[in-house]
Amino acid sequence: MMLRLGIDVGGTNTDAVLVDGAGAVLAAHKAPTTADPLDGISAAIQAVSRGADLSRIRQAMLGTTHSANAIIQRLGLGRVAVLRLAAPSSLAVSPGADWPDDLRDSVITEGGYEYDGRVIADLDEEAIRRFTTEAQKAGTVAVSCAFSPANFEHELRAAEILAEELGEDFPISLSHRVGTLGLLERENATILNAALQGVAKAVVDGLDNALASHGIDAASYITQNDGTLMTSAHALAMPVLSLASGPTNSMRGACSLAGLADAIVVDVGGTSTDIGILVDGFPRESAAAVYVGGVRTNFRMPDLISMGLGGGTIVRPDVTGVTVGPDSVGYRVTSDALVSGGSTLTLSDISVAGGRLQDFGDASAVDDLDPATVDRALSWVDEQLAAHCERMKASRRPMPLLAVGGGAHLVSERVSGASEVIRPRHYEVANAFGAAISEASGTVDRVYQYGSSSREECLEAARAEALASAVEAGADPDQTRITSVVEVPMTYVPGGGCRVQVKAAGPLGG
Amino acid sequence: MKTLTLDQVDDLALGATLLGTGGGGDPYVARLMLRQAISTYGPVGIVDARELPADGLVMTVAVVGAPTVLLEKIPAGTEFVAAIEALASYLGRAPVALMPIEVGGFNTLVPMAVAAEMGLPVVDADGMRRAFPQVEMTVFTLAGIKASPMSVADEKGNLCVFETNTNQLGETLVRGAVMSLTLANAFSSYSMNASSVIQHAITGSVTYCMELGRLLAAVQRGEEGAYGRFLSASDGRIIFSGVISDVHRETTEGFSKGTVTIESRDNAERVMQVAIQNEFLVAWENGEPVVTVPDLICILDAETAIPINTETLGYGQRVNVVGLPCAPEWHQEGMLEVAGPRAFGFDLDYKGWLT
Repeated sequence: MMLRLGIDVGGTNTDAVLVDGAGAVLAAHKAPTTADPLDGISAAIQAVSRGADLSRIRQAMLGTTHSANAIIQRLGLGRVAVLRLAAPSSLAVSPGADWPDDLRDSVITEGGYEYDGRVIADLDEEAIRRFTTEAQKAGTVAVSCAFSPANFEHELRAAEILAEELGEDFPISLSHRVGTLGLLERENATILNAALQGVAKAVVDGLDNALASHGIDAASYITQNDGTLMTSAHALAMPVLSLASGPTNSMRGACSLAGLADAIVVDVGGTSTDIGILVDGFPRESAAAVYVGGVRTNFRMPDLISMGLGGGTIVRPDVTGVTVGPDSVGYRVTSDALVSGGSTLTLSDISVAGGRLQDFGDASAVDDLDPATVDRALSWVDEQLAAHCERMKASRRPMPLLAVGGGAHLVSERVSGASEVIRPRHYEVANAFGAAISEASGTVDRVYQYGSSSREECLEAARAEALASAVEAGADPDQTRITSVVEVPMTYVPGGGCRVQVKAAGPLGG
Repeated sequence: MKTLTLDQVDDLALGATLLGTGGGGDPYVARLMLRQAISTYGPVGIVDARELPADGLVMTVAVVGAPTVLLEKIPAGTEFVAAIEALASYLGRAPVALMPIEVGGFNTLVPMAVAAEMGLPVVDADGMRRAFPQVEMTVFTLAGIKASPMSVADEKGNLCVFETNTNQLGETLVRGAVMSLTLANAFSSYSMNASSVIQHAITGSVTYCMELGRLLAAVQRGEEGAYGRFLSASDGRIIFSGVISDVHRETTEGFSKGTVTIESRDNAERVMQVAIQNEFLVAWENGEPVVTVPDLICILDAETAIPINTETLGYGQRVNVVGLPCAPEWHQEGMLEVAGPRAFGFDLDYKGWLT
């Protein structure tokens, strides 16, 4: 039977699992993330593949917060030339206006569409040809256009002109492929996508090199925000689509390990906790604008609450009670916590003293802790988790709660609003497991004229094409299904044009 | 004259979000417009109407259109200048200053950005000191000042000027023009002399908005005693604290209507309901009205003190409901007909400010 390798690189830990075709975990590994994340990936691959028949490992899937961290720390981001097709509208707000620092050159040129499909102005092709000077200087281009989610002819034509001038290989990010309605937010997401090209290349090359150096000849994939896989080539072009894949993998992994499709998932790491909701096995997506590194964007991301609560969170008793966090010792919890022989009081120490965490370090190191301090810190944890879980639920109905991640021990046996608290087997590597069980997908994104054939006929054709393309990407035909259908009507256009986006996904076939 | 500088824009935008009372349009784009205008043209003068010549012309400017279209079609800046110049030309005189119609929501910041570009000051006054969905819901209407004549313009040089006998007909013509001009336009109305501004407008509303924004930002940073300072400066009250247990919505005739239900965490017997019609309009506790329009109802996240708008209300949010008294200029003959609960279809008397 063939095997799959799932890897997750988080801020604190790098996890890996080796999974067989039936989804059983054969080996799991958890180690601190290394200064160069690629060293950790290589070590993790070595640890889980030891003793396995390497020729049976056919697929390797990587989920990583590398891109998200690059944005937050502003490291390794490329310079972007931004071309907006919308003049004479939109001149009152320049591209990238709310970016904290200057990473770009930008031009607003004539083009773009009205809400009803008419052009704002004809595309100024000469201005686009002149823009190649800025493009060449920056090295990558982001193109946005008014109402491009409904009409993307101008974006495609601009890309064609730029390719003529700059060559087919010049990286160009088009906004209609990145985000939804909301010009500035979509444009920001497109700029991020363009800026991340170099980071994405380092990740993809790093994974391929690590596999090759261990003698593993497997197809490599990067996991996406929506829980499906991207090929390396697609990941290089659309890095922004993998930005939030870490929490997605964790949620999908948790649900599969527990055999549930609908649940609240609480992923407690060393520094922070992510809380999300699974509906039908996929994370609920956020409807609101999402801020990434201080920039407002609108691409599809899992709806998450993140809070500063983890196994390494520092606890400080004071006269009135305790202060918990928000700072953390992170992965140094294995050296700095009291039970690890260190001198910092962390939530892991509290968890040991309170009986929630067993077999971790030297429990006698917390014998002298004031029981009131332990009670107060645990009450704080329980209160925070209960409040945020309640906030994430869409209704009063109780749901099962899945606690995963290295700090899952902090979650109490009973959480108000949760019907039960489940810690599935292998919960500590749920994210790497989630990466390993990611599904192949296929998409269709096209404008249909509902006038010539009926809406239902058009949708049926789009569904069939998406299913076929998912199977083409490796999905098992028997288990492939439609996962989303989005229609953006181009109202008031004679003939009733409509942009239809259909996505199909299914587990990889044997 | 005071000046509005780049570092005050965020306070003004936060104050505008608060005074939007859940609606009024997200000032995100307007804030970026204003930042760019001040960066390009320099700070904006904020004047008291008494500093202007009594017979000097004061003009208003605002965005009009469909909120979803405005997300894609960002203003050019030129459409606002065009709307003002067209109306000024019809009136046969040039403005000495601009003024917001509403200090609350998106349209609070638009006149500042346009004033920076035109080199005009902005009068520290408006017609609502909160957000309202219709253009005649102003204290100007109480004083018998008409919105007409008015102008609508787009970014391509298309424009029109209307003169109508009634505000209803004016509203109809504006809606028709905006439909044809692609639903994202500039609008100028309520032109008046500085002497009328002194006599009839709500004075000090721009500085009020900025001050509330500044004090609320301090609450958001968690400064000691900041909530108290915010409430005492605004004469506001926290009328309820609790968890949102239900959000009921319906969209009728372009207005989003609904009710949000909030349950107290300390006392299960206490429940607040807040009616939504674009903005928050009436708050009841256990069926008894507590705050009614035109007084303001603001819902703030209990932890972050971020004002929550009607679209982002959700089950499980922990909130404080804050009541703010409306501007004192509202309290005159005709207020209830123009902006009282019955003007929005509630079979309810105006409650009066909490005492």
